Amino acid sequence: MNIDKKITDDLAANDVSFVTTVPCKQLAGVIEEIDAHEDIFHIPSNKEDEGMGLCAGAWMGGKRPAIIMQNTAIGVAINTLATLIQYYRMPLPMLISYRGELREPIACQVEMAVHTKALLAQLNIPTYHFHHQADVEELDAILKYTFMCNKPVAILTDANFWGGYGDQ
Amino acid sequence: MIRSEILKEIAPILRDQLVVCNIGIPSQELHAIDDQPTNFYMLGTMGLASSIGLGLALSQPKPVIVIDGDGSILTNLGTLPTIANNVADNYILLIIDNGSYGSTGDQPTYAGQKTSLSKMAEAAGCDRVVECQAEETGRVLQEALDAKQMTIIVSKCDSGNAKMPPITMDPVVIRDRFMKAVQGA
Repeated sequence: MNIDKKITDDLAANDVSFVTTVPCKQLAGVIEEIDAHEDIFHIPSNKEDEGMGLCAGAWMGGKRPAIIMQNTAIGVAINTLATLIQYYRMPLPMLISYRGELREPIACQVEMAVHTKALLAQLNIPTYHFHHQADVEELDAILKYTFMCNKPVAILTDANFWGGYGDQ
Repeated sequence: MIRSEILKEIAPILRDQLVVCNIGIPSQELHAIDDQPTNFYMLGTMGLASSIGLGLALSQPKPVIVIDGDGSILTNLGTLPTIANNVADNYILLIIDNGSYGSTGDQPTYAGQKTSLSKMAEAAGCDRVVECQAEETGRVLQEALDAKQMTIIVSKCDSGNAKMPPITMDPVVIRDRFMKAVQGA
């Protein structure tokens, strides 16, 4: 299975047509697929809170948005999640590279990894953790759930899911 | 001329347009001067008005006017290259540059000192950047609408705020009526 293509196809099948990205090495393949997809407008952002602003505007303009980012950005974006996305009740699927988990080669990444789920739980953000490749099968249902309830929803995707960041 | 006087003067131009307005006193002033369903008031999240407006402009065809401030642009400077590289000709960013953080006690910003936001917008790659004095804002804004070309306006004005009440409308109500206005004729 090509996970990058599967994720992109699921986004497109759920009418997600506006995707902003802040890169991570684990996400390089899916960002490439999204950039190439003709039904998806890809707009790279310089910071994740900026990206969430773009997504908020796109949604109010009638498009379904998504953001692709690294888990370190949860630390950057908490205020935006609370006072924009949640306060105005907007849907936002967040496909997140979960750095600092098993098979992580960079020690510093662990420092935000240990806070990631606690911060998401504190914000009452529904959170899913893809650890095995087969977990991607839930993405379609998670996207439907996100646009049903108009909430930000986190999909944490770790190195094991991507096939091992350190092994690449 | 202070920001609230500019807003009063341009209110007739804004009335029929989609407007995304910056957090704090700017939104309170616009709300008190001429509340419209076509206004999206930011109640939190300093710095993101320009980003929200860009996402909106890229997702539907109606003109979008963002009313932003120098302090908010400085807090989200990454917005300028994103705007420049994703051209939406229905997007106007009006930066009311009073050289101060108006909502927090008028502390000076760097835009009121050595930093030029219009030169930064140009350096970011924005093609149509107009710097004007406060009194010219209405004319420059109307010209930008007529030009149908993405425009960044930096309107230089005096520091100061009008005393207006906080917005008590529920955020979901603000958002819902705005989305209906976006979809409407």
